[in-house]
Amino acid sequence: MTTITTRESTEDQAVGVKKSGGFTASAANYIDERTSISGAVKELGRKIFPDHWSFLLGEVALYSFVIILLSGSFLTFFFQASMAEVVYDGSYAPLKGIPMSAAMSSTMDISFDIRGGLLMRQVHHWAALLFVAAIGLHMLRIYFTGAFRKPRELNWVIGFVLFILAMAEGFTGYSLPDDLLSGNGLRIIDGLIKGIPVVGTWVSFLLFGGEFPGTDIVGRLYSLHILLLPAIIVALIAMHLLFVVVHKHTQYPAAGHTNQNVVGYPVLPVYAAKAGGFFFIVFGVVMLIASFFTINPIWNYGPYDPSPVSAGTQPDWYIGFADGAMRLIPTGWEFVWLNHTYSLNILVVLIVVGLFIVTVMIYPFIEAWITGDKREHHVLDRPRNAPTRTAIGAAGVTFYASLWAAASSDIMATHFHLTMEGVIHTLQATTLLGPFLAFFIAKRVCLALQKKDREIVLHGYESGRIVRLPGGEFVEVHQPVDEYERWKLVSYSDFKPLMLRPNAQGKIGATEKVRAGLSRWFFEDRITPVTQPELDHAHGDHPAEITDK
Amino acid sequence: MAKDDNGAEHVTAADSPGAQLATSAASTAVVTRDALVNPGFPPHRPRITDLDHKEERKAERAVYTLFYVSIVGSVFAIAAYMAFPIVAEDPGSVRLNNLFIGLGLSLALLAIGIGAVHWGKALMSDHEGVDERHPVRGTEPVRARAVEIFQQANEESGFGRRTLIRNSLIGALVVFPLPAVVLFRGLGPMDQDPVALLNETLWKKGVRLTMDPSGTPIKAADVTLGSSFHVIPEGLAEMGHGRLEEKAKAAVLLIRMDPDDLVEEEDRKSWSYDGIVAYSKICTHVGCPVALYEQHTHHLLCPCHQSQFDVENHCKVIFGPAKRALPQLPIAVDAEGYLIAQSDFTEPVGPSFWERA
Repeated sequence: MTTITTRESTEDQAVGVKKSGGFTASAANYIDERTSISGAVKELGRKIFPDHWSFLLGEVALYSFVIILLSGSFLTFFFQASMAEVVYDGSYAPLKGIPMSAAMSSTMDISFDIRGGLLMRQVHHWAALLFVAAIGLHMLRIYFTGAFRKPRELNWVIGFVLFILAMAEGFTGYSLPDDLLSGNGLRIIDGLIKGIPVVGTWVSFLLFGGEFPGTDIVGRLYSLHILLLPAIIVALIAMHLLFVVVHKHTQYPAAGHTNQNVVGYPVLPVYAAKAGGFFFIVFGVVMLIASFFTINPIWNYGPYDPSPVSAGTQPDWYIGFADGAMRLIPTGWEFVWLNHTYSLNILVVLIVVGLFIVTVMIYPFIEAWITGDKREHHVLDRPRNAPTRTAIGAAGVTFYASLWAAASSDIMATHFHLTMEGVIHTLQATTLLGPFLAFFIAKRVCLALQKKDREIVLHGYESGRIVRLPGGEFVEVHQPVDEYERWKLVSYSDFKPLMLRPNAQGKIGATEKVRAGLSRWFFEDRITPVTQPELDHAHGDHPAEITDK
Repeated sequence: MAKDDNGAEHVTAADSPGAQLATSAASTAVVTRDALVNPGFPPHRPRITDLDHKEERKAERAVYTLFYVSIVGSVFAIAAYMAFPIVAEDPGSVRLNNLFIGLGLSLALLAIGIGAVHWGKALMSDHEGVDERHPVRGTEPVRARAVEIFQQANEESGFGRRTLIRNSLIGALVVFPLPAVVLFRGLGPMDQDPVALLNETLWKKGVRLTMDPSGTPIKAADVTLGSSFHVIPEGLAEMGHGRLEEKAKAAVLLIRMDPDDLVEEEDRKSWSYDGIVAYSKICTHVGCPVALYEQHTHHLLCPCHQSQFDVENHCKVIFGPAKRALPQLPIAVDAEGYLIAQSDFTEPVGPSFWERA
C-alpha cells in the first residue's frame, strides 16, 4: 500500500498535480494518464445547459429508456421466448392445467411465482408507455418552438426514427407474452400484411414461418425486441445526444439570450445534480405507478387462441392511431381486378398513415424551403410568433387525435350511450375537417396573442386599479412591463414572403411559383414586433399620471 | 456578463450576422433597424438560502435526510422481499409482494432524486453561466484542409481516375449483401404453397360440428332458437401439431334463427338446416374473431374494427371497414342427428390476400 502511494505521488509531481490531493487525485491521475479524460472534462464539465420545464421531456424519454433496459434485462433471465406448448402448472389457479405456449407460461411465472417479478414486468410496461409518450411530447415541444430549424434538421430526423423504433419496440414487446390480446394484435398485423399487393401473402408466410400463428413469431420478435431494435436505438440516442452537444442546446427568448450565446447552468455541479436527480424521480414515479396499478393483466386474457375475443379490447396507446385509422374506412373499399384482390381498406390506411408520418419527418426541410431561411437558429420561437407553423401543428395534432380516438370508438359508444355508427361517422368528419378547423382557430389564436403582446409592450398590463383624475375622469392604471419582460415579447423576427426571381435564363419556373405561393401563405397576416419608435410614440400617448408611480 | 453581445445587430432576434453573410438572396427575414435592443441579463436575485443561514442549514438537513430516507427505502424493499413471500395459489400475496417491494424501491429512488434536485436548486451556486456559440460548420481553413485531404486521397488512390477499379468495387459492394437477403428465404417454409393453404380448412364433407373448445359434437335438436355456438371441426381439439393454425381458419359460429327471418339466396337454401346457419368466425377485414352476436338484431360485430355482419342476409357487411360477407359453411345433419359439414368453405376464409380472386 505504502509503495503504491509513493509511486503515484511521484507521478503526481511529474504532471504537476498537487501532491496532497489524496485518493481522488491519484485515481483521477491514474485514469487520465491512460485515457486522456481530462480533455473531456475540460470540454464538457462546465458546458452550459439552459433550464426550462419543457426541456425535461426529452430527459424523461431518455430516462424511461434506461429504466426499460434495466427492467427488461431482469425479465430476460426468466422469460422463455418459445411457442412450444406446455401445460400451465403455476400458482395462478384459474389457468392451471390449461395448455399454453412457454412464452405465456413463463410470463405467468414471472407474474405469480417470482418475487418482485410482477413489479419488474409492470415497471417495464409502464416505462415503455412513458417512453413513447415522452418522445411524442418532446417532438411536439421541438415542433412548436421551431427547434428543428437549421442546424438541427438532421437531429429531428434521428429523433423521429427513434419515435418509430420506440413504437416498434413497444409492439414487439407487447406481442411476446403470447396472450389472447397480443395474439389478436398479431392477427391484425397478419391481415394487414396480407392486404399488401403482390408480396403480402408471402411476406406474411415469411414473418410467421408459415401459416398464422405458427410457432416462430415470438422467438423472432424476441430477437428484434431485445437485440436488434435496442442496439439501433442506443446508437441513435448516442448520435442524438452528440448532436445536442455539437449544436449546444436551444434557449427560449429572454433578456440577455442571443443567437450567439447559451445561458444556463454548468454540467458540473448544478446540471448533473438536477438531471441526475431527475432520473431517480422519473424512475421513482414509474416504480410507484407499477406498485399500485396493474398493466396488461395477461392472466385475465388467457393464452392466445384464434377463436375467442373480448369486447372493448384496446391496443397500447401508441398503436391506437393506426388501429383507429383502420376503423374509419367506410364499408366496401376493396375490389377484384384481373383476378387479384386490391384491399383499399388496408392500403389506404397504410398510405395515409405513411404519408402523415413521412410529412412529419421531412417537415423541417419543407418549412426551410418555403421560408427560404438558411440561417442558424438557436433561440426558440414562442409558438404564437410562428402562427402558420403552429396552425399546421394544430392541424396535425387534430388529425392524429381523431385517428387515436377512433381506436376507442366502441368504448366511447358504450360509455356515452351513443351508436357505434354515430361515433365512427363523427370521427370520420373530424379526421377530414378537423385539421382545417384547427388550423384556422390556432392561427387566429396566435395572431390574437401576438396582438395582446403588442398591447402589453405598448401600453402595459391592465392593473385593475381605477384612478380618478383631478378633472374627474376615471382611468385604469396601466402597469408598464419592465425591459426584461418586454424583450421576451418583442424579440422575434419579422419575415416577408419569398419574392419571385427569374433564373439565369430569365424565366420563373413552376416550382418557384408554387414556392412563392406557399411562402405568401406561410407569412400572411404577420404581426410585426414592436419597434423603438413605436414604443416611444406609445409612451408619449400616456401622461405620466396614468401609469403607476 | 450582461453585455456579451457585440453590437445592436447581434441582438436582433434570431439573427446571426455570420450566417447572414452566407445567406442567399432567398432569405426572407426582415432586419429591422429600429428594433428594440436586448437589455441584457436582469440583475441576479439571491435565493432565500443565500441570504438566510438558517434556511441554508434547513435545506442542507433536508437533503441529507432525504438521502438517509432513500437508504431506509432500499432496506425496506429487501425486507419486503422476505416478509411478503408469494404463497402458491394466493393472488393476494402477489399483490402485497408487488406493493411493498415497489413502495420500498419508490421511496429509495424518489428520495435520491428529490434530494439531489433540492441540493442543486437550493444549495449549489445559482449563478447562470454563458457559453458562446460558433457556427456549426467548420472554420474555413479546416474545411479547406478537409477538401485537400480528400483530393490528395483521390490522387494517391486514383479513385476518380481508375474508373474500372472504382466501378467494379461499387458493383461488388452492391451485390455482396444479396446472398444475405436470399438467406432470409429460410424464414418461410420451403415446401408450402401459401395460396393453397389459405384456400383450404379442416372442414370437408361429413365432418361433425363440435363445440369449442371441448370438441363435443352438436345435435341439431340441441341448438335452440336464438342460441349461438362457437364451433370447431371434429378432431381439431385433439390435434397436437398445427392446432392453432387450423383453428385460425376453421373457427365457425353456429346460430339458430327463425327460418322466416332468414333471407336466403336460391342456390344457398340447402346450406342451412332448419334455420341453423354456420358462418366463418374469422373477419374478412384483417382476421379477428367475429365473436359478438347481438341476438335481437341478428348482427355479428367484430370487436377489433367494428365491422358488422347481418346474419339474416348471408352475413353481408352492413357497417365497418370489411368488404366481403363472412363465408358460409354448408351444413346438414347426419343419421344420428348431429350437425355435419356438407363440404369445405366454398371460398377462402379470413382476410383478403393478393392471390384471392
